[in-house]
Amino acid sequence: MTTLLEVSGVSVTFDGFRAINNLSIQIAEPELRAVIGPNGAGKTTFMDIVTGKTSPDEGRVIWGEKNISLLGMSESAIARAGIGRKFQKPTVFEEQTVRENLAMALKNKRGPFDVLLYRRSTEGAARIAELAEEIGLADDLPRRAGNLSHGQKQWLEIGMLLAQDPRLLLVDEPAAGMTPAEREHTTDILKRAAQTRAVVVIEHDMEFVRRLGCKVTVLHEGSVLAEGSLDHVTQNREVIDVYLGR
Amino acid sequence: MSKPDMTPRRRFLAENPSVMWFLGLLGLFTLGVTVLAEGFGLALLSTSMVKILGMTLCLCLIAVAMDVVWGYCGILSLGHFAFFGLGGYAIGMWLMYARTEGIVVDSLAGAPIPPTQEEINDAIATQIFGVVGSNELPALWAFADSLFMQLLFVVLVPGLLALIFGWLAFRSRVTGVYLSILTQAMTLALSLYLFQNDTGLRGNNGLSGLQNIPGLLHLPQSTLALWFFWASAAALGLGYLFFAWLISGKFGSVIRGIRDNESRVRFLGYHVESYKLVVFTLTAVVSGLAGALYYPQAGIINPAEIAPIASIYLAVWVAIGGRGRLYGAVIGAAVVSLASSWFTGGGAPDVNLGFYTINWTDWWLVLLGLGFVAVTLFFPRGIGGLFDMLVRKP
Ligand SMILES: Nc1ncnc2c1ncn2[C@@H]1O[C@H](COP(=O)(O)OP(=O)(O)OP(=O)(O)O)[C@@H](O)[C@H]1O
Ligand SMILES: [Mg+2]
Repeated sequence: MTTLLEVSGVSVTFDGFRAINNLSIQIAEPELRAVIGPNGAGKTTFMDIVTGKTSPDEGRVIWGEKNISLLGMSESAIARAGIGRKFQKPTVFEEQTVRENLAMALKNKRGPFDVLLYRRSTEGAARIAELAEEIGLADDLPRRAGNLSHGQKQWLEIGMLLAQDPRLLLVDEPAAGMTPAEREHTTDILKRAAQTRAVVVIEHDMEFVRRLGCKVTVLHEGSVLAEGSLDHVTQNREVIDVYLGR
Repeated sequence: MSKPDMTPRRRFLAENPSVMWFLGLLGLFTLGVTVLAEGFGLALLSTSMVKILGMTLCLCLIAVAMDVVWGYCGILSLGHFAFFGLGGYAIGMWLMYARTEGIVVDSLAGAPIPPTQEEINDAIATQIFGVVGSNELPALWAFADSLFMQLLFVVLVPGLLALIFGWLAFRSRVTGVYLSILTQAMTLALSLYLFQNDTGLRGNNGLSGLQNIPGLLHLPQSTLALWFFWASAAALGLGYLFFAWLISGKFGSVIRGIRDNESRVRFLGYHVESYKLVVFTLTAVVSGLAGALYYPQAGIINPAEIAPIASIYLAVWVAIGGRGRLYGAVIGAAVVSLASSWFTGGGAPDVNLGFYTINWTDWWLVLLGLGFVAVTLFFPRGIGGLFDMLVRKP
């Protein structure tokens, strides 16, 4: 296990409000990590920083064995470096079919001329079929993504994430709006992905986190309150006060 | 190979029946006009009508380009007519220069002493630029004697302008209404610049006599009109095919993604700005080509053609025709521009209400405005959207 992502001493202020306060987190490869914390703790903002959506006021975000700084890199360059993201509110391309959504995410060259001359290949089609199978949308490939249910959109977005074949998956509340059976399936997908990659999952549902069975980081007011196994952090006095005890 | 694998081209046409339909109808239309045209036989269509139809095809081509940049990529450019005009100017310079050269050489041929090259050049310059009080050929016209060079400029000038403008605008992530305003500013600035007498393009006189094609002066206009009509039809057919191919595959998927959720496309690793730049520049080049075919049929180009309102009309055509479908753009451009020349050309009879007479030359714009509002409110998918109802997708 080597460190893949190192966030250290990061702070972000929105209009005078400190959303992230001297945050430090390290993610190894491979690793499965759950991030929990009350609403507004800064969980999503943490992902925004890593993916280049928000730039921090101070701190460092270091990536990979070459210790590259992600700060100052564009969103698309960070994505190409191997960081994929699923958003809290499912964002798929509703006007396009499930197949088109997956094809767009598929790991291929991203330049305009590469894409223009891209020819649909049998491997690509096979990979899409395989992914669709995994996310339970095998029969829905020709459907418009906008016609999917909320849970299916979540899965499609997870599928797009896997299609990118990233080294680090940032998954924001993947189980929201899912039935218990669907949640279980989602846990399996994430655990399988984490066998070879780094996966960071934000989730509120404690049952879901327990099933992930991994190291947990508790965020509160923009910094790490506790870190360790789920049992360890749930016994922490402060964690009970700010999060569990509500 | 054991599996019967379709070639990419056949697959493309098989998967896009609307492209086949369009090309078939365009072919039939071209055939029909040819048979009816004055220059060919039946002479049921006057030469000026053939020219109007040929020009309409050029407008359809720029509308298709506009649909790609706006309807598919979501960039509401209100400046694409500037590229159209620049294409017209580039070819117009050669047309005017070469024809003037012919006239000058002819008229000096009778002189007792054969004229020097310098005298010929001076005479050409005086002929062309006398109207703006100059007798020198501006540096801009250095290559005006070369058809090849000016054809190159038809592509390069709009292409480079779009590339530089787009690079500056997209790089600073100017989007939405701000980008539209910026493109309006571009076309306004260009038009104002060209209106000046000392810019080397004859100010508000523009370039004229473009219907006379050097080297083909022995041919009647009725024949030339038909040739240009065919060229315009071919350009529209090829342009349509090219853009239909461009938007059909993964590239089309990415640009529609950019239209619907730009930042999501970024997080998938695509450099959105490059895609916008490619689409903006390609459509600008096609617009320039359309202009280069249009103005020899119109006979004259002047800076008013590039006025900001022209590009706004273009967006209105595409909206009325139905954006996000290429045939919609063609329908919109054809219907609205033909209706416009019918109403403003005195084709529509005045309506006498007793207390007031509706003169369509003045009231056409009101009608167009009402039509635009009606389409926006009641048929947001435009005229082309009516076809979609016939061929519903699951
Ligand atoms: N772009 C922004 N501008 C202003 N404030 C913001 C912005 N983004 C986040 N915030 C604020 O920063 C704080 C942290 O937000 P964040 O979305 O990271 O919380 P979270 O832990 O993901 O919460 P939740 O569990 O509700 O998703 C919140 O108070 C939020 O209002
Ligand atoms: Mg959040």
